Amino acid sequence: MMNNLGKWVDDRLPVSRFWNAHLAKYYVPQNFNFWYYFGSLLLVVFVLQIVTGIWLTMSYKPSAEDAFASVEYIMRDVEWGWLLRYMHSTGASFFFIAVYLHIFRGMMYGSYKKPRELIWIFGVLILLVLMAEAFMGYLLPWGQMSFWGAQVIISLFSSVPVIGPDLAQWIRGDFVVSDATLNRFFALHVIALPLVLLFLIGGHIMALHEVGSNNPDGVDIKENKDATGKPVDGIPFHPYYTVKDLFGLGVFMFIFAAVLFYWPDGGGLFLEHPNFIPADPLKTPEHIAPVWYFAPHYAILRAVPDKFFGVVAMVTAILILFVMPWIDRNRTRSIRYRSTAFKVNLFAFVAAFVGLGYLGTQPPGPIATLAAQLLSTVYFGFFVALFVISRLERTKPVPERLQ
Amino acid sequence: MADSPSNPARRRFLTGAATAVGAVGVGFAAVPFLSSFQPSAKAQAAGAPVDVNIGKLAPGQMTTVAWRGKPVYLVHRTERMLETLTEVTDKLRDPDSSVSSQQPAFATNLYRARPSHERFLVIVGLCTHLGCAPTYRPEVAPDDLGDEWKGGFFCPCHGSKFDLSGRVYKGVPAPTNLEVPQYVYVSEQILRVGGTEEDVA
Amino acid sequence: MTRLTFLIVVLGMLVASGAKAASGSYPLKEANVDLGDEASLYRGAQTFMDSCSTCHSASMMRFGRIGKDLGLSDEQLAELMPTETTKPGDTIESHMPAGYAKNTFGIVPPDLTLVARVQGADWLYTYLTTFYADPDAPWGVNNAAFPGVGMPHVLAAEQGLLQPVYETHGEGENTRQELVDLKAPERPGTMSQEAFERKMHDLTAFMVYMAEPAALLRMHYGPYVLVFLFIFSVLMYLVKKEYWRDIKH
Repeated sequence: MMNNLGKWVDDRLPVSRFWNAHLAKYYVPQNFNFWYYFGSLLLVVFVLQIVTGIWLTMSYKPSAEDAFASVEYIMRDVEWGWLLRYMHSTGASFFFIAVYLHIFRGMMYGSYKKPRELIWIFGVLILLVLMAEAFMGYLLPWGQMSFWGAQVIISLFSSVPVIGPDLAQWIRGDFVVSDATLNRFFALHVIALPLVLLFLIGGHIMALHEVGSNNPDGVDIKENKDATGKPVDGIPFHPYYTVKDLFGLGVFMFIFAAVLFYWPDGGGLFLEHPNFIPADPLKTPEHIAPVWYFAPHYAILRAVPDKFFGVVAMVTAILILFVMPWIDRNRTRSIRYRSTAFKVNLFAFVAAFVGLGYLGTQPPGPIATLAAQLLSTVYFGFFVALFVISRLERTKPVPERLQ
Repeated sequence: MADSPSNPARRRFLTGAATAVGAVGVGFAAVPFLSSFQPSAKAQAAGAPVDVNIGKLAPGQMTTVAWRGKPVYLVHRTERMLETLTEVTDKLRDPDSSVSSQQPAFATNLYRARPSHERFLVIVGLCTHLGCAPTYRPEVAPDDLGDEWKGGFFCPCHGSKFDLSGRVYKGVPAPTNLEVPQYVYVSEQILRVGGTEEDVA
Repeated sequence: MTRLTFLIVVLGMLVASGAKAASGSYPLKEANVDLGDEASLYRGAQTFMDSCSTCHSASMMRFGRIGKDLGLSDEQLAELMPTETTKPGDTIESHMPAGYAKNTFGIVPPDLTLVARVQGADWLYTYLTTFYADPDAPWGVNNAAFPGVGMPHVLAAEQGLLQPVYETHGEGENTRQELVDLKAPERPGTMSQEAFERKMHDLTAFMVYMAEPAALLRMHYGPYVLVFLFIFSVLMYLVKKEYWRDIKH
């Protein structure tokens, strides 16, 4: 009976073909480690953000008059509203934690290299749109940080030569951040950008499944196939990685829930304290800091003592990722077989990124600015050094098979 | 490469257990999402009992108050109006108010009102057919409602008719009598729609 | 192990930047709020209604919610409500007309529902207990946590008026006086300092609760969720191990 129904559907919709192509007969290297959990986790977090977002939209009011109160209404009056809201706000932070670790994985194991350049480019696009999504979402609670954060970031656009001031005003739809800004950010946050993200994530995964996953050894498993055409070192994604990723999901959700239930504002990192004051266009909070996931880029912005070039530096810090596949000119993928110079360079980059993140949340000062300038140099220096190292370095031989 | 499992029973058991636990988890996770559809504390506060002063309501007059966003009709019936209630009995579908969901126990009587104030009718002004608000038609034998009409409520949407106690006529789409809400007299003049005996205890 | 070091560095940074630097030089006192202590929260609620709500609203806090969360009887809840006609669904509104407040204080006293989330419990507790005499200030009082405070010391009758101890720093034109300590009032109030601090502790606790009533729910459901996810993770680990027996390395 069920078989007949299944066949009936299959004749009309490629359900089992899809299942086989992407899960049951999709062959994946068998040596994935800890770092390979984050891809599937990100997919789950994305769905979680969409679902909780839809539910928040049911009670949220996108107007300067009502927005702040409606968020507190969700936190207090709507049954379980507090959980939905914390899932969404803490979920945003966990999204970025997972994204940054996922990107780091790609850099360690050279996942951006031929033939995976497009996967990487899709990934950087996802990062960009995700940042826009998070930034616009952060305006919605209409607290002091929402307001002044948006004010500062939108003002960045005014540094664009010639059209800058008009551009900033066009984005705001008013002379300052206002009801009009809130309303359009709401529309972009709940409909437009999630749709774009959905397409980009689709492209990311399709490109991935076309060429197959990289792995911690950077070995191409498709080079070694058995008589039936299956990669010798590959295993079907389902059931092996579905069960493994579900285990990873359990651990991830445990950590997520622990933060959600016992530390939902992340000590002011996930929900900033001044954001519990309604937006006041006449009074700036003493110390404006972006949410932690923008802090590294914000620190780069502040490190440059010129408005226009500060913005250029900040934007470049992200856009430079697009050309990673061509900056790194070495054919060896994995960090395991690369030189010490490469390892040191990557570690310096990570340290600089984390350090900039710390500085971005702190008030500016002479020492902090100097430190930010130093770390920004390290950040950009990474790419320059990589360009040179990757041509000169002596790599270890990469094995034919997975180790 | 994949082989057949060495211990299929163990594998089946573990898979089943994990699936069951996962399903329970998904079930519990759905609770907050479904519960959030319930009326919020704000809606409940707005739906709190409403006090109405009936001292100024002249005999034969009707006034409407909003309670939980619904129209509630308050009619001060005259002696003559009360007499009509027994005259229409055989034209009604449920003259004895036997459908218990349509009124609190205290109003299961001819007047469908608190016995202490039987002249005052309190009903939810929403037709039991499809929720339109019936109009109050106290006049006897108007042109559009015919000679038999002794006063009552007429629903403009689908023509349902109710008598002056909100009881439904036979042969109209509405299935049951109009609903009498929970209410109580806090004093001789003040009626609390949505209030219970506990409010005056 | 570079990856472990990396994780530790990340976590360390997160925690470090989460710790907020104290505003002002006077050290904050520890509030030690226990949201599980319903009696303390109720006493705090009474103080809030008696002393704060004359001028300040808490317009997102419903009386009925307080009653339910703190397990109050109808009588206890009625005691908190300002008038006979107050309904459980009503929120805490100030008794003072906004126009009057504006004339007297220059501003409308801010709504206090969320103040504990903005400033933190320790700041609030320090603020409530460190009003001190300052003849130069408009109300004759200043505050250690909030220098230049615009509010009079409403509970001066109970606490008395603490006396400041200053230390002089700098030289010449740069001399400035810094508050280093507060000593007992010259004329004691109706309460001992310990009793007053207990009262302010209760008030702080209530205001922390009021800023996030959901905290009680978080604490309640948290353990169940974590235990469930732990069991699920262990089970999935066993399932994973079972399936991965197939794979020869």
